[in-house]
Amino acid sequence: MSVSEIFETMDYGPAPESAAEALAWLVDHGSRFGHFIDGAFTAPGDGFDSRNPATGEVLATLSQATQAEVDAAVKAARRAQPGWEKLGGHGRARVLYALARLMQKHSRLLAVLETLDNGKPIREARDIDIPLAQRHFYYHAGMAQLMEAELPGREALGVCGQIIPWNFPLLMLAWKIAPALAMGNTVVLKPAEYTSLTALCFADLCRQAGVPKGVVNIVTGDGAVGERIVAHDGIDKIAFTGSTEVGRAIRIATAGSGKALTLELGGKSPYIVFDDADIDSAIEGLVDAIWFNGGQVCCAGSRLLVQEGIAEAFHTRLKARMGKLRIGDPLDKCIDVGAIVDPVQLERIKSLVDGCEGGEVFSAGQVPGAGCFYPPTLITGLHPAHALMQEEIFGPVLVSTTFRTPGEAVQLANNTRYGLAATLWSENVNLALDVAPKLAAGVVWVNGTNMFDAAAGFGGVRESGFGREGGWEGLSAYTRGTGKAKPLAKVEAFAGEGAPADPLDRTAKLYVGGKQARPDGGYSRNVWGKSGALLGQAPLANRKDIRNAVEAATGAAGWARTTGHLRAQILYYMAENLSARAGEFAARIDAMTGKRGGAAEVEASVRRLFTYAAWADKYDGAVKGVPIRGVALAMHEPVGVIGAFCADEAPLLGLVSVIAPAMAMGNRVVAVASEPFPLAATDFYQVLDTSDVPGGVVNILTGSHTELAPQLAGHLGVDAVWSFSSSDLSGVIEREAAGNLKRTWVNSGQTTDWEAAEGRAFLAQATEVKTVWVPYGE
Amino acid sequence: MDSSTTHSSRTAQALEPRNPGMDLDLDWVRGLQANTSAIERRAATLPGRRSVKKDYQAAWLARAISCIDLTTLAGDDTAGRVARLCAKARQPVRADILDAIGLPDLTVGAVCVYHDMIEPAVAALAGSGIPVAAVSTGFPAGLSPFPLRVAEIEASVAAGAHEIDIVISRRHVLTGNWQALYDEMRAFRAACGEAHVKAILATGELGTLRNVARASVICMMAGADFIKTSTGKEGVNATLPVSLVMIRAIRDYFERTGYRVGYKPAGGISKAKDSLTYLSLIKDELGDRWLRPDLFRFGASSLLGDIERQLEHYVTGRYSVGYRHALA
Repeated sequence: MSVSEIFETMDYGPAPESAAEALAWLVDHGSRFGHFIDGAFTAPGDGFDSRNPATGEVLATLSQATQAEVDAAVKAARRAQPGWEKLGGHGRARVLYALARLMQKHSRLLAVLETLDNGKPIREARDIDIPLAQRHFYYHAGMAQLMEAELPGREALGVCGQIIPWNFPLLMLAWKIAPALAMGNTVVLKPAEYTSLTALCFADLCRQAGVPKGVVNIVTGDGAVGERIVAHDGIDKIAFTGSTEVGRAIRIATAGSGKALTLELGGKSPYIVFDDADIDSAIEGLVDAIWFNGGQVCCAGSRLLVQEGIAEAFHTRLKARMGKLRIGDPLDKCIDVGAIVDPVQLERIKSLVDGCEGGEVFSAGQVPGAGCFYPPTLITGLHPAHALMQEEIFGPVLVSTTFRTPGEAVQLANNTRYGLAATLWSENVNLALDVAPKLAAGVVWVNGTNMFDAAAGFGGVRESGFGREGGWEGLSAYTRGTGKAKPLAKVEAFAGEGAPADPLDRTAKLYVGGKQARPDGGYSRNVWGKSGALLGQAPLANRKDIRNAVEAATGAAGWARTTGHLRAQILYYMAENLSARAGEFAARIDAMTGKRGGAAEVEASVRRLFTYAAWADKYDGAVKGVPIRGVALAMHEPVGVIGAFCADEAPLLGLVSVIAPAMAMGNRVVAVASEPFPLAATDFYQVLDTSDVPGGVVNILTGSHTELAPQLAGHLGVDAVWSFSSSDLSGVIEREAAGNLKRTWVNSGQTTDWEAAEGRAFLAQATEVKTVWVPYGE
Repeated sequence: MDSSTTHSSRTAQALEPRNPGMDLDLDWVRGLQANTSAIERRAATLPGRRSVKKDYQAAWLARAISCIDLTTLAGDDTAGRVARLCAKARQPVRADILDAIGLPDLTVGAVCVYHDMIEPAVAALAGSGIPVAAVSTGFPAGLSPFPLRVAEIEASVAAGAHEIDIVISRRHVLTGNWQALYDEMRAFRAACGEAHVKAILATGELGTLRNVARASVICMMAGADFIKTSTGKEGVNATLPVSLVMIRAIRDYFERTGYRVGYKPAGGISKAKDSLTYLSLIKDELGDRWLRPDLFRFGASSLLGDIERQLEHYVTGRYSVGYRHALA
């Protein structure tokens, strides 16, 4: 078309970003890549092609890492780790700063390479992915600098295996590598097989930044390589971002291995529009929610919930907006929606949408004839029961339904196995700030969407995984407490044949829903003292008792909404009532354990209750310094229902040490008492009864830890399981926890010093950090 | 309106039914929302989302010129100064450059002056088809006696102005006196007769984007043909966020009434690249129909100079300099 013709049509025309530099970089590296191990690239081996999804062209040939290569990478990382940690915070900060700077200097190369490899629009790679990746290294250079001063008592985990997805290749690399390195860990990272090129380019930058050999190792390949990393004995921690399905497999594979684990998985994030919202802005927000990176975003706002009264008008305007989206060559600077990463993913999206029965499917925009493209799509008229309202599509497909009231909006939003992110739009500050905390999600965006920053934690609840990336909270995923733990010996119950110590029979039951309940099975076991005296009977709980206790705990959800002040009062009251009966408890403990520590244990338990009464209204969240006009609130929320296997060796203190922090933070607990010495716990029912603890907040079972562990860890309504048992439960708990990907905190057969075991470590396990972004301005 | 020209963009104005206005609908007004942060985000990312290059850029820049209200609003304006400006309006870009891009007849959208300069402007533009716009109603503050403001419009129309740029009473917006704002605009529109009326909201003095949205809708309800951001005399003039709010109001009005109202950002747009961003904003939010001078104008004086240099660069491949292009 001539200028004068365009003057009339006013079309956009092509605006291509040059790929020449990026292609030249690939050619300079022979267009064949090995792995980056111990500071050098290995010779390319057997492997696979990396293609440009927009054209199908082969960009480079990559190598599939063998077991020997993974071994070499882990070995290099292991060798490098002590020196890297010993370099100190400032030394590591200098290296991370250099990496940030180098990424800035080569920002366009990285952006173009990303777009070629992944198919995302160059605008996104250039304006979002690469700047955020740089920001992560800057931010964590600062964390390295501050580590010694601000994180006393924390040290590196060691060697971290990190497996990242294809949707934000370099950004996810940054999210994984920057905090790991800052805290003194070394890494073996596997990028996704579709999108490894920017990771290899990053490896090149590592050499220029003076990253010591072996600190960063990058191995390429498919899921089989990931499995080799997950299974590797030489790795201390696995961090994974990807599908819930693979995350679950990793949870199972690492169960009982002692490896630390964080998972950032899928989502079906709600996008709620109330009738008082700025509708045009909410629609524009959807462009950033579901058409950002073609909807191939774990936290994509993919489930639209619109208030019924405005739904029709909203959909009409949304469709008009969709018609303005430009789909095509990702390297074009004037493109909104690029290519789908791979034909496999395209097929998956197609089959999900084509199989959609019911609902009205609307697609907009012109899709190029060749290459992996899928049009922006809206499916309206679906009901919550519809599969597409529940399943993650991971493509540019938005599903929509309506709600009537704020309460119903929350119900619908939370009607999902996932809990990664949520978005809500309202001009009413009361409504917005009321709804945000009620949404089951790790991140909530108010009047905006897909806002990210290194200073703000990101991560999910439920089957969206556990652990946070970014902020101070993200560092706990890459550190552990200093100090050596010792193996914990199994604490056996005493046997005996003696007469009852107390001539008047006392019946211990289970404590469920604020009432004493007989065990479902109708069995009890005798509890003998060391000298063989019969101290009493303790019921043997079974899976039905677990069910009942969890049901009672679930029903006590109101506890989460009480104030810290109220919870503090109740915890103090518990301390008061325990103290009043100190002699009785001390005698009971001594009788069961055959030791003389009972009085001290009761005293420590009273102190512990005071500690968490003190914390109940002081474990504050934070306001993060994110680069927007607004605030990102890090809110501490209760985890929900926590199952806990109490320490066997400390019958009372072990119980109090888990229920008190859980209660203080607003959780409900199903505690399984010390297996050999259960009667201090059963005596404790009366303390609970006299201390105004609402029914269901604390539920106590007695019985076999090994029998109950798979039941409690496998219960889909339990949000976290802790174990301090001297039975070997860690493996079974972590394995069974895979069912709903609940959080676990297990002792891995190591001792705990119950005199000292309190404070932030427990509080962190008893809370989720929810990041609520609230941009403001009038 | 002069219809002697064959310029497609100007004949279009005659085809577009004129917004007759409607009764004041306060439910609509009070329901308007404008989320500042979200609007700013959209505005901030737009330049990164849209890009026009090469032939397309040249064509778009030419389109921008066709939408310029070439303006002089200074106390020292004289008939001679206005005649110079009008000559530039007729020949906004060097003829060799216009020939090279195949648009030899390109002119600006209008010339915009104070009342006393209407007659020299009309005389200087005779036969060109370029309309004369006059700022009115006690521009820029709009605080002269109401009857005088109405009389000023009538005088300007009588003097030959085709378009009247009125200023609204900001105090009506700031005090929420929507009825007064509506009535005032109604009266101004009536006084304009056949002349088209642009309502200047002086957005830099309205305090909030929500007020901008409300004022936009009320002026359209009262029959504005165009809504315009600024006088150019406020501390803050046209911005992308304000533009987004105003054109979304225009879209809303069109969806509800079927009438297209024009948009004129004024003040602060001086770079060719900015003009491209504005055009893409209009294209994406309102649609191609609005990319014509009957529905879109830039109120600008220095913008043209930058576009001229860019067009010479397009034609020659060399970066240009100001003195190679004629002064206004």
